[in-house]
Amino acid sequence: MELNRLNIQEARVKLDSGEITARELTEACLEQIAATNERLNAVLTLCTETARAEADEADKRLKAGERLPLLGIPYLCKDNIMAKNIRVTAASKILEDYIAPYDATVIKKLKEAGAILLGKTNLDEFAHGASTENSAYGPTKNPWDLSRVPGGSSGGSGAAVAADLCIFALGSDTGGSIRYPAAFCGVVGYKSAYGAVSRSGLLSMTSSTDVIGPLTKTVADAAIVYNVIAGFDELDATTYQGDRKVELNSDVKGLRIGLPKEYFVAGLDPEVKKSIDKVKEELEKAGATFGEVSLPYTDYGIPVYYIITPSEVSSNLARFDGIAWGFKAQETKDLQDFYKKSRGQGFGPEAKRRIMLGTFALSAGYFDAYYKKAQAVRTLICQDFENAFKDFDLLLTPTAPHPAFKIGEKNNDPLAMYLEDIYVTGASLAGVQAISIPTGLVEKDGVMLPIAGQLIAPRNSENKLFRAAMVWEDKIKINKTNFI
Amino acid sequence: MLTTEQIKHIANLARLELTAEEETKYGQQLSAVLDYVDKLSEVNTDKVLITSQTGGLVNAWRGDEVKPWDEAEVKVALAQGETADGQVKVKRVL
Repeated sequence: MELNRLNIQEARVKLDSGEITARELTEACLEQIAATNERLNAVLTLCTETARAEADEADKRLKAGERLPLLGIPYLCKDNIMAKNIRVTAASKILEDYIAPYDATVIKKLKEAGAILLGKTNLDEFAHGASTENSAYGPTKNPWDLSRVPGGSSGGSGAAVAADLCIFALGSDTGGSIRYPAAFCGVVGYKSAYGAVSRSGLLSMTSSTDVIGPLTKTVADAAIVYNVIAGFDELDATTYQGDRKVELNSDVKGLRIGLPKEYFVAGLDPEVKKSIDKVKEELEKAGATFGEVSLPYTDYGIPVYYIITPSEVSSNLARFDGIAWGFKAQETKDLQDFYKKSRGQGFGPEAKRRIMLGTFALSAGYFDAYYKKAQAVRTLICQDFENAFKDFDLLLTPTAPHPAFKIGEKNNDPLAMYLEDIYVTGASLAGVQAISIPTGLVEKDGVMLPIAGQLIAPRNSENKLFRAAMVWEDKIKINKTNFI
Repeated sequence: MLTTEQIKHIANLARLELTAEEETKYGQQLSAVLDYVDKLSEVNTDKVLITSQTGGLVNAWRGDEVKPWDEAEVKVALAQGETADGQVKVKRVL
């Protein structure tokens, strides 16, 4: 048995019974990373020594009789989340060799829970992208087909979970960045409602939509991780009070699920559509009811997102000025020249494009026409969801219009890449929660690739969301070959 | 369509030094994105309030208290650039 292939619940049973140790589980993951990372480029920083120490500590706690859901479970974390005394790159040259001075709140919670941090995963620079090709450390490869992208921006985490480099991983989702790689890699990705999980210690991208969340091998695992990382945090004023624990069960009787008609249009791969129909069928058999619903402002999701996101990005990335930390340009004339050269040479192309787009949208004379306009249309998008949730408990949609595309296929056309986010930006802009779950495999050019669907739910509806997700996963399984 | 002058102006506001090649390339790419974004003008938003948050929190205040922060963490935070006498050293401003 290769222990790294276990999910959280399976590993839990073996750890608690004493059949395996946390150290053995950790070594199995480290071995898999050593054996595959050269091909995948999923992991940017390995924490071998601290991981071993954390594993031994977890074994002591287990031996002493302590029982916690994540005690002794090894994980990987997207490299835009800070873990104390470990380098954090955001996959950008501008942060090279920056050492995180403190733990993100989620990392602190996972540490206390006894989870073991194996290392940090690759991403699009500062989480700007849908393919993980925008990393200063080279693209991550999709384990199902190494010539394809893993999705982004949490592509390192998606690939790592799919190829069993860890038991689970953390990602961040600003406009699909957990759900998209989950879909392309055939794993589960959960973006909670905005404010359910603390952002303290996450390198800010779009502060009004950034959410940290799990990428896991099963739906139940996503709930287990969420239960540990969610909750109010005084270091993040946007987190909200209240018990956020998900209770797992599979009762969907009477759940009303809406199919937004604007999500099933031209451009959607018929195989993806067919696979969503199958999900509907299974959930209907289990007792859920379905109906069509309209989210009339869906088409404006991408234009709104690509004004608001660059605007917040241009503001959030203003702090990277070469002073006090990070990349510094050499041979500069004066302070202005130093700023411009450090930033011009330190940021990659997509970060520069977004900074410029945002700077333009926020500049005098254009602010009303772009930023304010986008924030007004965003209100209409939020209202779309509010109205839909008057009649339905959940919405069922595709996550991506097609399976993973080839590396290099879209990278020279930013607009084509932005349009990839068509089904995922809505939930982010409205701050509601969504989970991406595999729906099947399709053949492309002789290889089998995963496809996925998404359930969207209002804030405070975790239990309904996970109930439907549990049934879905139980009825529709994808056979993962141990491809790598 | 953004002109080269506009691109230069935006790059200056954003404190980014761009090569001539980047100016041309980003100019074209950003123009394509802005053309697409112009779709927003189809929507009548005269009577729509802008979104300022989605969390629904009201007055998320906290006490204005000074709390100690771990000294070792502060040290790591401040030791990553050039320092002199325990202070972060910056480029000459004047």
